[in-house]
Amino acid sequence: MAVKVTLNDVQRVAELAHLELSAEETPRMVGDLNAILDYVAELNELDTTGVAPLAQISELEGAGGSGWLRLDAVQPSLDRAVVMPEAPETDGAFFKVPKVIER
Amino acid sequence: MAGEIKTAETFVEKPKTLAALQEEIASGSVKASDLASSYYDRIAAVNPHLNIYLSLTKDRAMAQAERVDAMAVKGDPLPPLAGVPVGIKDVLVMKGAPATAGSRILEGYHPPYDATAVARLEAAGAVLLGKLNCDEFAMGSSNENSGYGPVRNPVDPERVPGGSSGGSAAAVAANMAVATLGTDTGGSIRQPASFCGVVGVLPTYGRVSRYGLIAFASSLDRVGPFAGNVRDAAALLSVIAGRDEKDATSSPAPVPDFATQSDKPAEGLRIGVPGEYFAEGLDPEVRAAIEKGIDALKAAGCAVKRVSLPHTKYAIPTYYLVATAEASANLARFDGVRYGYRSKASETLGSMYRHSRDEAFGAEVKRRILLGTYALSAGYYDAYYGKAQQVRRLLAEEFLRAFADVDAIVTPTSPVPAFKLGEKTGDPLSMYLADIYTVTASLAGICGVSVPCGNTSAGLPVGMQVLAAHFNEGTAFRVARAIEAAQL
Repeated sequence: MAVKVTLNDVQRVAELAHLELSAEETPRMVGDLNAILDYVAELNELDTTGVAPLAQISELEGAGGSGWLRLDAVQPSLDRAVVMPEAPETDGAFFKVPKVIER
Repeated sequence: MAGEIKTAETFVEKPKTLAALQEEIASGSVKASDLASSYYDRIAAVNPHLNIYLSLTKDRAMAQAERVDAMAVKGDPLPPLAGVPVGIKDVLVMKGAPATAGSRILEGYHPPYDATAVARLEAAGAVLLGKLNCDEFAMGSSNENSGYGPVRNPVDPERVPGGSSGGSAAAVAANMAVATLGTDTGGSIRQPASFCGVVGVLPTYGRVSRYGLIAFASSLDRVGPFAGNVRDAAALLSVIAGRDEKDATSSPAPVPDFATQSDKPAEGLRIGVPGEYFAEGLDPEVRAAIEKGIDALKAAGCAVKRVSLPHTKYAIPTYYLVATAEASANLARFDGVRYGYRSKASETLGSMYRHSRDEAFGAEVKRRILLGTYALSAGYYDAYYGKAQQVRRLLAEEFLRAFADVDAIVTPTSPVPAFKLGEKTGDPLSMYLADIYTVTASLAGICGVSVPCGNTSAGLPVGMQVLAAHFNEGTAFRVARAIEAAQL
């Protein structure tokens, strides 16, 4: 687990996360991520063979746990007229964005 | 609260109790509209010093106060929070009011709906004063990550109020609201409550609907109340709790009258004290205050015994992997398309996403998105996120075993009292370690309360964390009431 994160790794992850890091930010993030990942490597001390991952704690809550869904019936949702004005650019019916094809 | 505050300038003022306010408003001796105006006056006077409110919702508040006054004049029965001035952490949405989540990326956003917890407060008669400052997307332990400047602690403005719900805790401490809502993902209600000397509640996971909460880490996020005393915090929880069709993770468990439950003496309760929470790194004055609190519980007739939670030391690494992984997914929606900030420097859709996010997210948010994306990326998923989910199960099961022997567990809420602004900002890891006593309950989904438990010699508040099993908030409130009654 104690893999060293490189400048390339951070750039690749930033691309996956749609973050455009500045030239100053990238090396700082390399340092921060390495410090944090070194620390979390402590988890390797624990043998977790056969332990099922816990994704949602509601399974531990017994009868009080959630897990039921509302009826799958059409219900009114937010009116477009109140939603669209929040967009940075819109024609009232659609969100306007710059051209989609790049590179 | 006993104990002298020794700082030069303090903004601490204790709000009236709900019972006192109910009496005054029902009898007509105080009008809800005058009360709301007096809170806006205090906010105008104090906010420039402490930066607690990000925006005010005066029109809505005054309209609600006038409705309450009309009911009182007619002699109609008043709802439980009639006329009570409350503030809302700015990660919960209110129709038409700005919702920033402490981030520049949501600047200018006015959501067209109310969060369920907010709507329930208002339906119970509360007067919603405005939106409270917090760390950006609730990521932080000091409120210094807000895109709108840090909140200052009313006890000592040179110190942080804790985070991420720093504004929510500080507003109650400074009587800029009688009660507030905050959110807690890894300690964000309990730790600021302890730093500011107020009561903060972590409800059981699923107890309170998250509809209308701007999500950080969905398997951990919870909404909960702050108040000046335990009984009032319990009363608020009863108002906001309960199944909500709009949140599939909200629990159908019946909601008791928590305030009445809290009235039952703590006598006879079995209290566990985990040695792991009193080890290296605990400030000696915090330890002394908590030990006094434990003595007070013994004096109140509780049976105190040692319990062991040996996986505690793995909680911070587990938490930061789970929380950042979920955050990296949740924060993908902020892309400059539908609401909030859009970069001007965007020639294509892809560059618009990247520039909007880079220009408007703060450093801590980017750090966590990167860490979470890394932990979920091909080749690392099993080693990081998968491993963390396995350890999460061990941590949760350890609590369930402990609660077979004890009714509640008490610990310090934070290893240190409120620290100075700037003290930890240079080292993200040292800031993460400040959450060492709170992330465990977050991972296990259990409930808890942070209750004031004395002060340090410098007059800084110390909080005791009282934890109880899933859906046993009433037990945690009873123990917290005993601490409160001891006037430490």
